[in-house]
Amino acid sequence: MPGLSERLAGFSAALLNPVAATPPGLVGPDGQPSPRRFAVYRNNVVVGLTEALKANFPAVARIVGDPFFLAMARDFAASSPPVSPVLLGYGGGFPDFITGFAPAAHLPYLADVARLETAWLEAYHAQEAESLGPEALANVAPDEASRVVLDLHPSLRLVRSPYPVVTIWAMNTGLKEVGPVDFDGAGEDAFVLRPQAEVIVRSLPHGAYDFIAALAQGRPLGDAMAAALTAAPEFDLAANIRQLISGGAIIRVRLCGEPEPVPAKDLP
Amino acid sequence: MAIPRVVGASRHSAVPKRAGVGLKPEHYRTILETQPDLGFFEVHAENYMGAGGPPHRYLTRIRETYPLSLHGVGLSIGGTDRLDKDHLKRLAGLLARYEPGLFSEHLAWSTHDTAYYDDLLPVPYTEETLSCVVAHIDEVQTSLGRQMLLENPSTYFAFAESTWPETDFIAEVALRSGCGLLLDVNNVQVASTNQNWNPVAYIDAFPLRHVQEIHLGGHTPETDEKNRPLLIDTHDRPVHADVWALFAYAIGKLGPVPTLIEWDSKLPDWAELAAEAARAEAVMTAPAQPVRELHHARAV
Repeated sequence: MPGLSERLAGFSAALLNPVAATPPGLVGPDGQPSPRRFAVYRNNVVVGLTEALKANFPAVARIVGDPFFLAMARDFAASSPPVSPVLLGYGGGFPDFITGFAPAAHLPYLADVARLETAWLEAYHAQEAESLGPEALANVAPDEASRVVLDLHPSLRLVRSPYPVVTIWAMNTGLKEVGPVDFDGAGEDAFVLRPQAEVIVRSLPHGAYDFIAALAQGRPLGDAMAAALTAAPEFDLAANIRQLISGGAIIRVRLCGEPEPVPAKDLP
Repeated sequence: MAIPRVVGASRHSAVPKRAGVGLKPEHYRTILETQPDLGFFEVHAENYMGAGGPPHRYLTRIRETYPLSLHGVGLSIGGTDRLDKDHLKRLAGLLARYEPGLFSEHLAWSTHDTAYYDDLLPVPYTEETLSCVVAHIDEVQTSLGRQMLLENPSTYFAFAESTWPETDFIAEVALRSGCGLLLDVNNVQVASTNQNWNPVAYIDAFPLRHVQEIHLGGHTPETDEKNRPLLIDTHDRPVHADVWALFAYAIGKLGPVPTLIEWDSKLPDWAELAAEAARAEAVMTAPAQPVRELHHARAV
């Protein structure tokens, strides 16, 4: 008879491999092997993991339909089973998997939709923080403005895509009526934030991605502005800062060189 | 000077000997708006392990009014891997934050070699498993600083190497580890049907003095390759009549116990779920057990 460790290893190996033989010694009430009974666990595991992925990637599932999604999710789960019992974020590697998933090659935007859904999910479960109000920059002296560092909300995520990813995502989450999508136009940069209870997703104007990405790296306002202007000469600094503040994206204003305060430990 | 934290009455409330239901996001708003008369709510710990976000906002508000039971599905107590220290820390965080009256986990494994299978997988009942499970429960109770309840599994087959009857195995685990027990009556029905045991005899042999909570849930009838009944523990429908009868039998021996309706997929509207809880409560407040219901349970 196998030891426990050997037993669980054999059991595990047969769970995610649909063609593996049923491990020996798993018996029905007559003491005889029963592959059908082992198949219940195999099915539970596959359904559990693919449903977890479907819950985390509803727009991808809607775009490809359930049978395609479940087949794709099954392949992903078999090669990348979760490494944590917390499935709230399961599928971090799913977008890259989709990029290399040959049967989805005719949907080149699909991986970016998955990236946007990953960003949405991370924002949904991110640590809470209090946003600054309209007076956020009131005390910044004009000669210090370029040295100011804006600390961003922990839920903020950015996704850059050569495809109209925000439009496609919105049409497949019921937020926007399904209609023709212009694939020949410019791509969309997605801004994702959950300042309160609701996740906000919007498409960014030119230069804003570069601006916010620089801020997110902790670079001062002067640097971020330069990055934005390099990407988009028409970049409107005042409008973009107003948009960040009114959206609740800024939680702290400090001068470059001042240490970032250690955030309060969020439970759990 | 540290300001002593004012603890409201609800923070300390133990889970009462009444019926409760598993808390689902689909029902958050109805619960907050209607404040139904219910003994408690139970949540799966792993669903509240994000750093922040709406799940915590809702649970915090619901916890202000209701006692809470925390039910873990991911510790893999029956596995041979070392327990996940990060997971224990996350559990400790939830226990500190929400102060649940009960905390339970499963006699099962779900992780092997770092892969998490998202299912409650069965263990052989051997001396080796016994030592392993007792050591893991010991570690859980020591690191969390409280007693945990262990739930009996739903199983679909037996391991040829098992040397203990399930009820004796569980009794020995409780004795050696000092854990309490969660008696899942649906799991008793499912395992007994699948293994050709007598469910009433199972209840009779179960170490009832350690039981601090009961679970009830729905199962799906199927058959195996030899056309024998095979019940699947699906939690996607009302509690079966046989399980209600077995529950009434157990309550007849135990008296009222905090009893949870588990309904995890194909969720009903709130009214149907609440009606299941009301039925469980009616069983607990009913006078002595009618004999015909016993026959019903024995007929399986």
